[in-house]
Amino acid sequence: MVKNMKVETAAEKKKLLNKFLREMLLIRRFEEKSAQMYGLRKIGGFCHLYIGQEASAVGSIAALDLKKDYVITAYRDHGHALVCGMDPKVIMAELYGRETGCSRGKGGSMHLFDVEKHFLGGNGIVGAHIPIATGVGLKIVTREEDGVVLCYFGDGAIHQGSFHESLNMAKIWNLPVVYICENNQYGMGTDFKRVSAVEDFSVMGASYGIEGKQVNGMDVLEVYDEVSKTVAKTRKDRIPSFIEIRTYRYKGHSMSDPAKYRTKEELESYREQDPILILKERMIGQRMLTEEGYKKLDTEIRAICEESVKFAEESPEPGLNALYEDVLV
Amino acid sequence: MALVTVREALRQAMDEEMARDEDVILIGEEVAQYNGAYKVSQGLLDKYGPKRVIDTPISEEGFTGIGIGAALVGLRPIVEWMTFNFSIQAMDQVINNAAKMRYMSGGQFTCPVVFRGPNGPAEYLSSQHSQALQAIYAHVPGLKVAAPSTAYDAKGMLKMAIRDDNPVIFMEAELMYAWKGEVPEEEYLVPFGEAAVRRQGTDVTIVGFSKPMQAVEAAAKQLEKQGVNAEVIDLRSIRPLDEKAVYRSVQKTNRCVVVDEAWPFASVGSHLAWLVSKNCFDWLDAPVEVVSGEDVPMPYNHKLELAAQPSVEKIVAAARRVLYMEQALQRPVDED
Repeated sequence: MVKNMKVETAAEKKKLLNKFLREMLLIRRFEEKSAQMYGLRKIGGFCHLYIGQEASAVGSIAALDLKKDYVITAYRDHGHALVCGMDPKVIMAELYGRETGCSRGKGGSMHLFDVEKHFLGGNGIVGAHIPIATGVGLKIVTREEDGVVLCYFGDGAIHQGSFHESLNMAKIWNLPVVYICENNQYGMGTDFKRVSAVEDFSVMGASYGIEGKQVNGMDVLEVYDEVSKTVAKTRKDRIPSFIEIRTYRYKGHSMSDPAKYRTKEELESYREQDPILILKERMIGQRMLTEEGYKKLDTEIRAICEESVKFAEESPEPGLNALYEDVLV
Repeated sequence: MALVTVREALRQAMDEEMARDEDVILIGEEVAQYNGAYKVSQGLLDKYGPKRVIDTPISEEGFTGIGIGAALVGLRPIVEWMTFNFSIQAMDQVINNAAKMRYMSGGQFTCPVVFRGPNGPAEYLSSQHSQALQAIYAHVPGLKVAAPSTAYDAKGMLKMAIRDDNPVIFMEAELMYAWKGEVPEEEYLVPFGEAAVRRQGTDVTIVGFSKPMQAVEAAAKQLEKQGVNAEVIDLRSIRPLDEKAVYRSVQKTNRCVVVDEAWPFASVGSHLAWLVSKNCFDWLDAPVEVVSGEDVPMPYNHKLELAAQPSVEKIVAAARRVLYMEQALQRPVDED
């Protein structure tokens, strides 16, 4: 594995795998904490958890240079925000609707943004951010920059017109956008196979002359390898690409969904190939990690998540004056 | 001052702003090689090249969103809709993305994009191509909405719109493109939120915007012959709305007619009539009248389509009603 890595030495490889493990664990623990706080009604509204899908954001964003590249996703966005380097405290404060949140408490779970880190959200309308990503690609081309855009969306978004219109224009104008369908196999409660004319999404770019491939989203190293290759090609050749990352969410669509539309056996089969578990065992097998080291990392990350809750709890709510702020410039 | 068409005034505005700022691009159907469906972008492809004047496929949602995305990361796109009727395809992008990104990111983004094209009825185009959609866009906080009625304003306000850091809905009208007006040689801008008093008067305030202003001014001339001295106000922009200019006038004339060619139900006109009724209650000598489009889809037949729109006669009659020169049509609620 890790065929395409730029890493040469064992030390570098270990460093990279540690980063992957750390980021995936951070997403997992952060979201478990979010679910807990949601249960205590500290967080309201829609809250879509990414648990089970961590390898997708972690493996793919690692292929980017966020000084020049961009990330945009839909409303299941906590994981991408964390991997783009957003502070867990600022994200938790946003979930709490506090003034110290990244969006000053006006966006909530679905609308995390960090313009400095080139993380463009956090978008709540299924498929509506795909043209936005394409427009970012147009800016890169117009200004003759070197960047690449990673545009994430779910299997539910792929049948929206916005996806198809975007791919067509990205191709005719040669925009450096990598369209990533994170296929977690359920568009809310609907099995994607029930509502899709094809089951292999890697063909979805074909009618626009865009190359596609399917990647196992439970394996962070495969995601990293494949997305790295695609990003490199997209950057070099200035062409759009399409990747289906086949993944699975352990939780319901949102907090109110008990996910009764799937079997326990199905869920268990994915838990057995849990992305964190696989990487952990692989690293232990290659003597890059010990059980003790893992526990230490986990403890450290749990503390970070606790700290984020403490920060959110202690942060003030926005003043009523904020209501009319930032409607217009 | 040179006499130029609204079409040419708009073209000059885009040309000057594209020359001034290379982040300004024009994107839309037929804008480049065809020089614009209504020739508003004539010559811009030749001057600025295909990287800045971009023909799109017929994908309104897609290219509107692309304009918004490019704006969020620093370009200043002008998105041309061949007509506002087709903007309905793109409305999700405008309302859910352009109007929201700044607010729901806590002020992290600016979205300097202009959406422009012809709005409202032209001639013989029937129901799907004759809609005046200002109420829908004006309803949405996070957007500015401009609707000029002269060549001077068309140029000055479009330049202003392109320089604005907010998303701007810029409403033109097909029948206005050939109208001529004086446009100075030197550069100028027309700010939003400043209504223009087109005609001073003392007896009744007639307020409108965009294409119907021609009928409003003709109505004022007719009223003059009947001994009525009307004050005419052109709003120029709908959001921001220069309420004070209207109140100032109504507090002088004590009577008000609002003209808006859109449908009457929940319209810009009905909203303005409510504002005047509420804020000038003590000054009003008659209920505010609204002259709107009829509450029907637009028919093709010319006689019928004209009957569906505000006209000089309808505006004159409304002014006469608020002056009690004609009987107002009011009946008890339960009387059939």
